[in-house]
Amino acid sequence: MSSSPGHAVPGEHYFVPQPSLYPVILSAGMFLLAFGFIQVINNFGPGKWVMLGGTAVILYVLFGWFGRVISESQSGAYRDWEDRSFRYGMIWFIATEVMFFAAFFGALFYVRVISVPTLGDMMATHGTSLWPEFAGTWPTSGPKGPAFTPMGAWGIPALNTALLLSSGATVTWAHWSLLRNRRRQLALGLLATVVLGSVFLGFQAYEYHHAYNELGLTMGAGAYGATFFMLTGFHGFHVTLGTIMLIVILLRCLSGHFSAERHFAFEAVAWYWHFVDVVWLVLFVFVYWV
Amino acid sequence: MSIATTHPGGHAAEPYQGGLRRWLTTTNHKDIGTMYMMFSLIMFFVGGLMILAVRAELFQPGLQLMKPEFFNQLIGIHALVMIFAALMPAATGFANWMIPLMIGAPDMALPRLNNWGFWLLPPAAILLTLPFTLALFGIGDGALATGWTFYAPLSVQGGMGVDFAILAVHILGISSIMGSINIIVTIFNMRAPGMTMMKLPLFAWGWLITAFLLIATLPVLAGAVTMLLTDRHFGTHFFDAAGGGDPILFQHLFWFFGHPEVYILLLPVWGLMPHVLATFSRKPTYGYKAQVYSFIAIGLLSVVVWAHHFFTAGMPVPALIYFMFSTMAISLPLAVLFFCWIATMWKGAMSFETPMLFAIGFIVLFGIAGLTGLILADVAADAQYHHSYFVVAHFHYALFAGGIMGVMTGVYYWLPKWTGHMYCEKLGKLHFWLTVFSFNLTFIPQFFLGLAGMPRRIPDYALQFAEFNAISTVGAFILGLSQLIFAWNIWITVRGGKKAEGRVWESAEGLEWELSSPPPHHSWETQPVIK
Amino acid sequence: MACRMQISRHSRWRRAFDGFGLPPRFLTLALLGLPGLASAAYNFNFPEPVTPIARETLHIHNEFMLIITILFVVVFAIMIYSMIKHRKSVGHQPARFSGPKGATQWFWALIPFAILLFIDFVLMGIPAVKAIINMEDTQTRADMVLKVTGMQWKWQYEYPEAGVKFISTLSTPRDQISNAEAKGEHYLLEVDKPVVLPVGKKVRILLTSTDVIHTWWVPQFGVKRDAIPGFLRETWVLIEKPGTYRGQCAELCGKDHGFMPVVVHAVPEPEYLAWLEAQKAEATAAAGGADRAWSSEELMTEGKAVYEKVCAACHQPDGKGLPPAFPGLAGSKIVNGPLLDMNGKVIKDSHVDRVMHGKAGTAMQAFSASLSDVELAAVITYERNSFGNSKGDMIQPAQIKALR
Ligand code: HEA
Ligand code: HEA
Ligand code: HEC
Ligand code: CUA
Ligand SMILES: [Cu+2]
Repeated sequence: MSSSPGHAVPGEHYFVPQPSLYPVILSAGMFLLAFGFIQVINNFGPGKWVMLGGTAVILYVLFGWFGRVISESQSGAYRDWEDRSFRYGMIWFIATEVMFFAAFFGALFYVRVISVPTLGDMMATHGTSLWPEFAGTWPTSGPKGPAFTPMGAWGIPALNTALLLSSGATVTWAHWSLLRNRRRQLALGLLATVVLGSVFLGFQAYEYHHAYNELGLTMGAGAYGATFFMLTGFHGFHVTLGTIMLIVILLRCLSGHFSAERHFAFEAVAWYWHFVDVVWLVLFVFVYWV
Repeated sequence: MSIATTHPGGHAAEPYQGGLRRWLTTTNHKDIGTMYMMFSLIMFFVGGLMILAVRAELFQPGLQLMKPEFFNQLIGIHALVMIFAALMPAATGFANWMIPLMIGAPDMALPRLNNWGFWLLPPAAILLTLPFTLALFGIGDGALATGWTFYAPLSVQGGMGVDFAILAVHILGISSIMGSINIIVTIFNMRAPGMTMMKLPLFAWGWLITAFLLIATLPVLAGAVTMLLTDRHFGTHFFDAAGGGDPILFQHLFWFFGHPEVYILLLPVWGLMPHVLATFSRKPTYGYKAQVYSFIAIGLLSVVVWAHHFFTAGMPVPALIYFMFSTMAISLPLAVLFFCWIATMWKGAMSFETPMLFAIGFIVLFGIAGLTGLILADVAADAQYHHSYFVVAHFHYALFAGGIMGVMTGVYYWLPKWTGHMYCEKLGKLHFWLTVFSFNLTFIPQFFLGLAGMPRRIPDYALQFAEFNAISTVGAFILGLSQLIFAWNIWITVRGGKKAEGRVWESAEGLEWELSSPPPHHSWETQPVIK
Repeated sequence: MACRMQISRHSRWRRAFDGFGLPPRFLTLALLGLPGLASAAYNFNFPEPVTPIARETLHIHNEFMLIITILFVVVFAIMIYSMIKHRKSVGHQPARFSGPKGATQWFWALIPFAILLFIDFVLMGIPAVKAIINMEDTQTRADMVLKVTGMQWKWQYEYPEAGVKFISTLSTPRDQISNAEAKGEHYLLEVDKPVVLPVGKKVRILLTSTDVIHTWWVPQFGVKRDAIPGFLRETWVLIEKPGTYRGQCAELCGKDHGFMPVVVHAVPEPEYLAWLEAQKAEATAAAGGADRAWSSEELMTEGKAVYEKVCAACHQPDGKGLPPAFPGLAGSKIVNGPLLDMNGKVIKDSHVDRVMHGKAGTAMQAFSASLSDVELAAVITYERNSFGNSKGDMIQPAQIKALR
């Protein structure tokens, strides 16, 4: 928390955007998406189509809204003051994402440290047990879960770790190039990052396929399956979003956006990418490895 | 770069849009604040109406008005509506209206996002209440019937209403997070030159901690209900022992959010109190720094005490003792706050206009909530209190007398600033006295019901509980009717009334009072400089 | 016990009063009045405690109430004093202080801190910690075990050492609940078969559940503990006084959460042992019944009884259910489907399968754990031939036994 004044130049004007319809439309789109989703999981109504409609509305808004922001940015409406707002905003947004993952990691630690051992030790603690055959060792699908083979750490997951780590390096390289105004390197660095991210996703998809078809490892495979797929799944989803964002940034770089001094969007996406990277490291350690 | 090009059109040239379009599209913090406040008021009545039906059912033993299934839906939706759609939006409304005025900012830092934050609320409210409304007409199996706490596995076996509530919570969560990010950024980045963090108005400080708590805990709630959703529909076993999961895991996740949530609801109000007390005591706030540090301490402590909500679920003894003592520790910073509030009044020159009355009512009644909370934290005694009406009484003292009466304090205090008109003082005082009287009439008997052994969330009860329940129901109906006075008072103030000055209250201090009442559509376009 | 305590206290008073030579009529009056007050006092506080834990809890509660009342009075006395003295309307001039500086500042900050620290961690903390350790010590010197299983919406009690187990459900007639009939004295707090426990013995209670979380609560025992599906939780009681003690399920567990009372009969040990013997004999008789062939009339009568006790809460007495949450059995495809396959084995998702093994993720639990062979055979037979269903077939207890 800085104790310096929020704003340095007395008399400067802050950019307050014109009234906009996008937020309302976005909310409506999200309503449709949620409502359609409820219909789909409960098998009633035209759920799929409602979801599709919602998605279309959301995409429309994303294009329009971000388009507007980009053109405002290009017209020079944002200066240091506004830029700082965006930075703070992005940082705290990433903080919420961290906490979202924390919930799932919390669940993982809880089942590994508390619930599975408790189920296994029942005979010792209470002298009687509801699950006499259950040993309480990890990995497990629980006393009544299906048999499965857990995912090893040193095949694809290790490779994926290497991929994501190098993509962190390439995006930093791109940033470094941007700061020195080397546009070709910048584009190259971004492109490499996108490629690495996509390869990661490809491997991840392959791993899921493998899990479902050969290992018997599914969402339904008890505590292990649930935490495995939710953690890796949400991570994969974030990598997907990050990759899309990187592609947008790449395209913007190619059409000459950003300068060495002003490139908040680039940095925001880079931060996001690093965050996804760090989550993967924790995930690799606790989901795959130990 | 000239101002003209970097600042498209300048605000003076902004086309004024009247009617619906203005409200749908606005990026102005005052408009958005007004929408939050209106939404909150409406949902307060919706949630109140639901619980009046419950109180009517509980007037006498026996089932008179509704089936137990429907009863269970009413209490859960009542709580979710009151907390997420009435109290939290009211606090966000205050923040939107007042923080920019108080810190000398031209607007919130991210105005379009701000608008989105508000417009997420109506869809969420629809998702929350739709299954319930449909059930009234005999369509579907109604809303979630698990109470507001969603406990698995009851919520895993529940009907479609649970899915509606889960999605509603997701959207409400996004809305609150957008609001929080906006408020944090505004406070960090939009303060007038010279306003250091230690000159920040206490209201903004209270909200700052609130916003951090929201960011830290709401995503965890989102995660928890997501796991619930996958347990319900996608075959996972997070909360099922047969798969190695645990129903208690849900309670840990829920209360990791749920406990900080109660401070999320009250921190803005605690931030508001010193302003009101100082104004009507005609004296500076006592112990500014002490209050700031207390807010921070409360914020930190609040995320490490969650398990006091399920002591009876069984925990190792050291965990029980830890959670008991950490919970009790929260009374320390709160005692500091109480001390500062009373010291602010001490040796002042008090006058008792409606906001001051509500502030004092708040302090006394919230004192009861806090002190009963203190003994709830005791594991041994909690075995008796837990899930009894004693807890219901405790948290209505906190949520209604603390939360809602706190919001009412703020509304009476700032309404003249917002509308430019004075509210009717007579009606305000009538509203206050009726509210305090009927509130106590409603909830004091519930303490005794709890002690005598009446469980919560039951539609019908044994005969020994009949008298107190009857009294409580009478109280609730008077309490409900009294709120109509409030709504009426707001209505006539918006429509007209005595003109309010810029500095509405003679010794009110702070930037917000330097502006006219109502403030111009674009205020502090040129930031004031604080010395 | 507290009642007895009150009386003895009165007699002590009487002696004291006698010493002052007060007229006897005055004494009689006072004595008539006092017990009334004393019993009324319990309406504003916990019910009379009958276990060591409950007494300790009441004690702690009373002490805490005193502490917080004093805090409340002191704090708000100061505030009210200020509100009266420092009013503008009496012409008080506002002081301009905003808090002390330097060392005094810390002095002022630390006083309330120290007071509260003392209250929280010493006055309240120490007795609390003692009580917790005592409450959680379920296993030392326990005399017997009672296993309590919560299920929607009834309690099952099991005496593992004696091999006795039974279900206990609400016995208040529906007409009383729907106000068609006057309510009885123990409205909603009465069951068909109370659990019986000996006084003066430390009973270790194991709790679990078959469906959702329930909470076993008897206020006079000072005991409240969750029954969590798939897990075991423990608590204990040592009842000091014979009597009937009533409580309720305390965790929202679905539609009939308000209708699953706990009733405990505490009796002297010999009486308890005699009761247990009778239960054992009954159980053996019932188990023997599983081997003989039952007539369809017998099964229908028994089945109706089981249905009304166990199933009707969800599927309703008329078999129409409460759709969509609870399907009707009248005309149900499952109930009217085939009984067993050609080899006499259970067909997946058939009537027998559903009743014996339940359906995961719904309120329909596996009844093979809680009902006997006879009861299962009877209720299945009953359902197939009631509510307009007329399959005309039946299943024998012996068949169920073979299918387990
Ligand atoms: C705004 C809401 C709010 C607030 C502020 C609080 C505040 C507190 N609450 Fe409460 N609580 C709820 C809302 C709230 N609560 C709700 C909604 C539930 C039930 C949820 C559910 O189950 O549905 C609940 C339930 C609840 C429980 C669980 C009970 C149970 O289910 O068994 C517990 C247990 O510890 C508890 C404790 C506390 C404590 C210790 C505080 C402390 O923060 C209180 C601190 C305040 C004080 C201690 C008073 C201040 C001091 C003085 C008056 C002056 C003394 C001064 C000097 C000595 C100088 N609360
Ligand atoms: C901010 C939160 C908040 C607020 C403001 C309230 C306000 C009220 N609550 Fe609520 N309540 C909760 C949060 C809140 N509650 C929570 C979290 C629960 C737990 C739920 C659970 O168990 O899961 C709960 C549960 C709860 C119960 C327990 C139900 C049970 O366990 O079975 C009861 C019972 O009396 C109750 C009563 C009331 C009453 C009488 C009010 C009154 O203050 C309401 C007053 C307002 C009105 C009445 C509306 C205004 C008037 C009109 C609509 C006009 C028409 C009026 C007339 C015609 C008379 N509440
Ligand atoms: C706590 C509530 C509850 C109780 C008690 C209960 N059931 Fe059910 N029962 C259900 C639910 C819910 C279903 C629907 C399950 C599903 O989704 O398929 C069901 C389904 C059934 C079905 C299948 C009906 C169909 O058409 O799908 C049968 C048969 C049945 N129950 C028999 C019984 C019997 C026999 C008993 C008593 C011994 C009983 N039930 C007790 C809740 C209950
Ligand atoms: Cu069982 Cu409530
Ligand atoms: Cu809490």
